[in-house]
Amino acid sequence: MPTDIGPPDFKTMLPPMIQRNYGKWRYHEILEPGLMVHVGETGEALYTVRAGSPRLLSTDHIREICDIAEKYCNGYLRFTSRNNIEFLIEDKAKVAPLLAELKAKKYPVGGIGHAISNIVHTQGWVHCHTPATDASGPVKALMEEIYEYFVTMKLPNHVRIALACCLNMCGAVHCSDIAILGIHRTVPKPDNTRIPNLCEIPTTVASCPTGAIRGDSKTKTVSVNNDKCMYCGNCYTVCPAMPIADADNDGISIWVGGKVSNARSKPMFSKLAIPYLPNNPPLWPETVAAVKNIIEVYASNARKHERVGEWIERVGWERFFNLTGIPFTDKHIDDFDMATETFRSSTQFKWR
Amino acid sequence: MAKSDTPLLDQLGGGKWPSFIDDMKQAAKKKPMAKDLLGQLELSYKEKIGHWKHGGIVGVKGYGGGVIGRYSDCPEKFPNVQAFHTLRVNHPTGWFYKTEALRNLCDVWDKHGSGLTNLHGSTGDIILLGTTTDHLQECFDDLSAKGFDLGGSGSALRTPSACVGPGRCEWACIDSLDTCYNITMSYQDEIHRPMFPYKFKIKVAACPNDCVASIARSDLAIIGTWKGDIPIDQKEVAAYAAAGLDIQKEVCNLCPTRCMVYNGRELKIYDEDCTRCMHCINLMPKALRPGPEKGATLLIGGKAPIVEGALLSWVIVPFMKLEPPYTELKDLIMKIIDWWSETARSRERIGELIKRVGMRTFLRAVGLPALPQMVKSPRTNPYVFFWPEDIKQKEVK
Repeated sequence: MPTDIGPPDFKTMLPPMIQRNYGKWRYHEILEPGLMVHVGETGEALYTVRAGSPRLLSTDHIREICDIAEKYCNGYLRFTSRNNIEFLIEDKAKVAPLLAELKAKKYPVGGIGHAISNIVHTQGWVHCHTPATDASGPVKALMEEIYEYFVTMKLPNHVRIALACCLNMCGAVHCSDIAILGIHRTVPKPDNTRIPNLCEIPTTVASCPTGAIRGDSKTKTVSVNNDKCMYCGNCYTVCPAMPIADADNDGISIWVGGKVSNARSKPMFSKLAIPYLPNNPPLWPETVAAVKNIIEVYASNARKHERVGEWIERVGWERFFNLTGIPFTDKHIDDFDMATETFRSSTQFKWR
Repeated sequence: MAKSDTPLLDQLGGGKWPSFIDDMKQAAKKKPMAKDLLGQLELSYKEKIGHWKHGGIVGVKGYGGGVIGRYSDCPEKFPNVQAFHTLRVNHPTGWFYKTEALRNLCDVWDKHGSGLTNLHGSTGDIILLGTTTDHLQECFDDLSAKGFDLGGSGSALRTPSACVGPGRCEWACIDSLDTCYNITMSYQDEIHRPMFPYKFKIKVAACPNDCVASIARSDLAIIGTWKGDIPIDQKEVAAYAAAGLDIQKEVCNLCPTRCMVYNGRELKIYDEDCTRCMHCINLMPKALRPGPEKGATLLIGGKAPIVEGALLSWVIVPFMKLEPPYTELKDLIMKIIDWWSETARSRERIGELIKRVGMRTFLRAVGLPALPQMVKSPRTNPYVFFWPEDIKQKEVK
C-alpha cells in the first residue's frame, strides 16, 4: 500500500454548484439565524444551513448527519473552523424541509452573524493526560444556558468563546472574546525515584518559563523553587514524574476581549477577568454564571458591531470590572516578562 | 429501574444543546471501549481529576507521528480503555465532505476503534478517538485504502488548514484551499516524520477576517489581502441605505482609518489611507469588494503561551502573489524551516527563536528586506546592533 498519499483532494468533495462558481461568488446574505445564501456571478444561489454539534460525535451520529445531507444536499456538507455542521443546499425548495427536519431532530440552527457560535474546545478528562479541568462538560453546561444566543442574532457582534483545559492550549484560546482556561494552582511534585529513568534533566529544566526548576546532573534529579513556580504544568508535559494535577485546587480562569479578525481593531489577546473558579462537575455552575454575566453585560452595554474587546477598550477596564461586578485583584496585574507594557503610565483613567 | 452507573454524566445528557454524553452512550451500546470510557469519565467527574497516563509511543509503519498514545491509569477498573490511542487523520481541505467519504471513515472506525470521533480536532484533523495498539496498523491500512492519510503530531509540520475561501466566499483574495492542499501534498514527509526542533503550524486565511485564526494559531500565517482601490457599486450602497443600514454611523464612523465619506447619496473611499480591515466590506458585500490586485500577507511566529508567552504573528512579507505552483512561497518556507532547524534550541518555536536572536537576524538569514510594514513603530531604545559592513574599517598598512 502506498503511504504519504495525503488527504483526499478537496475538489472531489465540492458540490457541483461550488465547482461552477469557485472563486466567482458575488455576495452573500444572512436570511435568518443559521441560514445564509451565497450568490455567484452566474446568478446561481447556494444556501447554507449551519447547525451546532457537540464535536465529540459517535459514528452513528455522523451517519445520521449523512442521511440528512443525502436527503437535502445531494450528500454534500462541510464543517466550520468552529466545529459547526454546514449543510450546503443547491435546491432552494429543500431549505424549508431541511430546517423542519433539523428542528424535529433537535439540531440547534444558528451561529451565523451577531450570535454565539460553537465553543472551540479541547479534550479534557475525555482523552487528555494534562488537563486541569474537563472540556466537553463545561462547554455543554454553558451552551445549555446561552443557547438563545446561538439561535438568534441579538448580540452587538459575534462572540467567540473557546475552552482549553490547560495552559498548553491546544485549543489556542488566547485570542477569544471569552476564553475559559483550566489552571493548576499548586506546584508539581517531582518524584526523584522515577525521574532518573523517565526524564531528561536539561529538557525538564528548560521547560520552565520562570526558571524555577534546578537540575542535579550527578543524581539526575530535579528540585522546584516553589516561590518561582506559577503552575503552568509544562514540566509535567516533558517529564511524567512531575505530577501537578490537584483535585482540590485545579480549576478554571476566565479571559476576555481577544479577537483574531482584522476588522476595525487589530487582533488582540484575551486578558484576565477572573483568576479562579472551582472545578464543580458535572454542571460547573460558577463558570456558567460568570460567562453568562459577561455576555449579558456586554450585550446591554456595547454599541452595535463592537466586539467584547472593542467595547472594553472604549469604556476602559475600570468600567468593565465595575459593570460586571468582578473583583479586581493583584492577580490581574501581570508579572511575567512583558508586564510593564500593561501598567498605566498616564493620569488618564476613569472613576466609574 | 436499574441504578445508573453514570449519575453525574447523566446530568449532561439531553437538553437543548446536543450532548456529547448522548453520543458516548450511543457508542457504548455497541462498543465496550466506549462504555469503559464513560465509566472512567464518570470517575473523573467524581474525583475532579483526569485518569489518563502520560504519553506512550505508538505508531504505524514508516511514520513518526499521527498517532497519540494513551493509556488509562486505572485499567483494573476499566480494562477496555487500558490502551485508548487516537489517530489524527488529515481532513479534506476546508472540511468539505461527500457523505460517502464520511461513511467510509465511520465503517473503518467501527471496525477498529471506539466508534467515537471529533469533527474536528484543534489542528483541523479528523480525530479518531480510542483504539488498541494491535489495531493501529490495520486501521491505518484501511484508511489508506479509502483515500485517507494521517496528519501531523509531535515536532513536525502539523496538518495545515484553510478557511472556506473561494469555495464559498466572495471575499477570498487568494485560493486558500488550493494553497493549503498544495502545501500539504508537498510536505508529506515533514508532516509524517517529525524532524523539526518543535511543532510548526501553517494556516491559510483568504482575507483579513481570518476565519481560521491563522494570526494567533499558526507559526506561519498566510492571509489574503489586496492592493488598489475598493470597487464601489453606488447603486448597491443606496440599496443598503434604503434597507436601513446607517452608513455614516455603522460604516464610516467605525472605519479604523476614517478613510470613508458618505454624503447621503454617494460613498467615497480615500483608498491610500485604507488598511484593508474588511469592516466596510463585511457590512456591505453587495456594494464593496476587495481591490483588483490580490495576494497574501505573510506573518510569522504566532503561538499559545507555553513556554515564553503567547505571540501573535508578525508581518514578514507585506505582499506576495500566490499562484500555482507557489514556488516563491515554498522557497521561502524551506528557507525559514532550514534556518529554524539549524538555529533553534530543542522545543523552541520559531516566534521564540526570533524573539531571542532578533528579527534582523531572521530577515537576513531568509533573505527578506526590512520594511516599515513590519513594525508598529521603530524601536524606542538606543541599543542598536550594526553589521560589520556598516562600519568603516581602518586601513591596515
